[in-house]
Amino acid sequence: MVNKEEVKRIAKLAMLELEESQIDKFASQFNDILNYMEQINELDLSNCEAAFHITELHNVFREDEVSPSMDRDLILKNAPETDGESFKVPKVIER
Amino acid sequence: MLYKKTLHELMELVKNKEVTPKEVYDSVLGRIHKKEDEINAYVTVFENYGENKIDGIFKGLPIAIKDNMHIATKPTTCSSKILSNFVAVFDATAVRRLKENGATFIGKTNLDEFAMGSSTETSFYGVTKNPWDTTRVPGGSSGGSAAAVASGEAIAALGSDTGGSIRQPASLCGVVGLKPTYGRVSRYGLVAFASSLDQIGPIARDVEDAAILMSAICGHDPMDSTSANVECEDFTKYLNQPVNGIKIGIYEAALGDCDSDVQKAMDESVKILESLGCNVKPIDLPHAKYAVSDYYIIAPAEASSNLERYDGVKYGFRIDGYEDLKDMYIKTRSEGFGDEVKRRIMLGTYVLSSGYYDAYYLKAQKLRSLIKRDFDSVFKDFDCIIMPTTPTEAFKIGEKANNPLQMYLSDIFTIPANLTGIPAISIPNGLSANGLPLGLQIAANAFREDIIFKVASAFEKEFNLKGKLPLY
Repeated sequence: MVNKEEVKRIAKLAMLELEESQIDKFASQFNDILNYMEQINELDLSNCEAAFHITELHNVFREDEVSPSMDRDLILKNAPETDGESFKVPKVIER
Repeated sequence: MLYKKTLHELMELVKNKEVTPKEVYDSVLGRIHKKEDEINAYVTVFENYGENKIDGIFKGLPIAIKDNMHIATKPTTCSSKILSNFVAVFDATAVRRLKENGATFIGKTNLDEFAMGSSTETSFYGVTKNPWDTTRVPGGSSGGSAAAVASGEAIAALGSDTGGSIRQPASLCGVVGLKPTYGRVSRYGLVAFASSLDQIGPIARDVEDAAILMSAICGHDPMDSTSANVECEDFTKYLNQPVNGIKIGIYEAALGDCDSDVQKAMDESVKILESLGCNVKPIDLPHAKYAVSDYYIIAPAEASSNLERYDGVKYGFRIDGYEDLKDMYIKTRSEGFGDEVKRRIMLGTYVLSSGYYDAYYLKAQKLRSLIKRDFDSVFKDFDCIIMPTTPTEAFKIGEKANNPLQMYLSDIFTIPANLTGIPAISIPNGLSANGLPLGLQIAANAFREDIIFKVASAFEKEFNLKGKLPLY
């Protein structure tokens, strides 16, 4: 059972902020969804291997070669704030 | 009325110099100007023809691209406010391959925000309407691509499919949609939703167009480490081939949950396939009924991780007015994401959080291997599996918008192909009593798109919606 406090805790972990009315709605929707998912507890999965990869791919390696990368100026154009060379964020360190 | 023609018909006409690609572009653009207010299939329409000097098979003909794939210098919004000002700096590999084959582009199609949805209702840029009945949803998340192709606002399009997002809208709009084998088409330049499930594929008006597009976009790509190192094929060679003797399993347990129209259409399609010489027998997929639960643990978990990158620093929207860095993150994300995206990020955060990981995420990954095993065992004896694409015809706009669980359940037949990585197509399977399109889904084992194209091509001759599509 997910209650309002739990919804607030999850939102905080996910760096989200919900309005009060949304918290109630989300709590009830999460409970609907999680109740439905209870069906998987009918299954005995103890001897089952987890399928983290569905295709039979293994680690893919490549030579560590220098090759052209993306254009910095072009990339910085999408940033909300830059100093022309780097992304700018609000000050993090207290003096 | 060039916009009514299929891609292969237009390729032929341009090749024979009977029309120019610019004339086709103008015809489609004219159609967009006429229908777009009603349908809202696009986030961005390219109002100028972008000539392609490469003389490839597509001969400069325009394709529509779902707005979660990059076309360099054009916006990619993912139908989200958080990417509302983002401009792509490179081409997605699938887009680049189309360009290298001579294609041009007509616009970026609408989707559920970040491809999370089954109705295209969660787009920040408004709902896309089903061109068969504008009070109904086109399906989703590639609802813009499917609605554009069905209404003549595009000749053909690319979509992406994480839990049915190509096949379900194709079915509800009466067109053809293929989700290839996981790894067949590079995901480079496709904005990530759930990386172990996402796959790009074609949406078109017939199987031949789907095969042409698929042949162009598939193949290994070093930029996507999950891309499969498998020879690319010319899938058109599987069209118009005999299908007698092909062993088809029908997943009958699925039919109990379907509308009677859908059941009738399936009965009819079995008769057609048998008349073509296929052997159709019932099969069981004992764990397929758990697919929705499995998917809505795994996909949100991956999404919660993939969408961490939207923080108002590197690109996209940043909120005005905040106290410090953390406050900027929180306010930007809370304002930039819509409700469904928040719901999925939070669901994913929950199932991955300490104390719940074993109960949900780990169990879901184990269940995923059981579902895969069901399919593996069927493919030992059968060449392909058929089932409906969706349990119902297109539902009404708003009908499921406030009930996420009901919305999720509409993906029950499409999700298994994503969980197991296998290819599946949706092709038209007649109309419901309300005159709305229904879809037949054909799934085959991994890398066996050849069988899918054979069966789909043969079936299409017996049963297609040509002349019925809302192109008039």
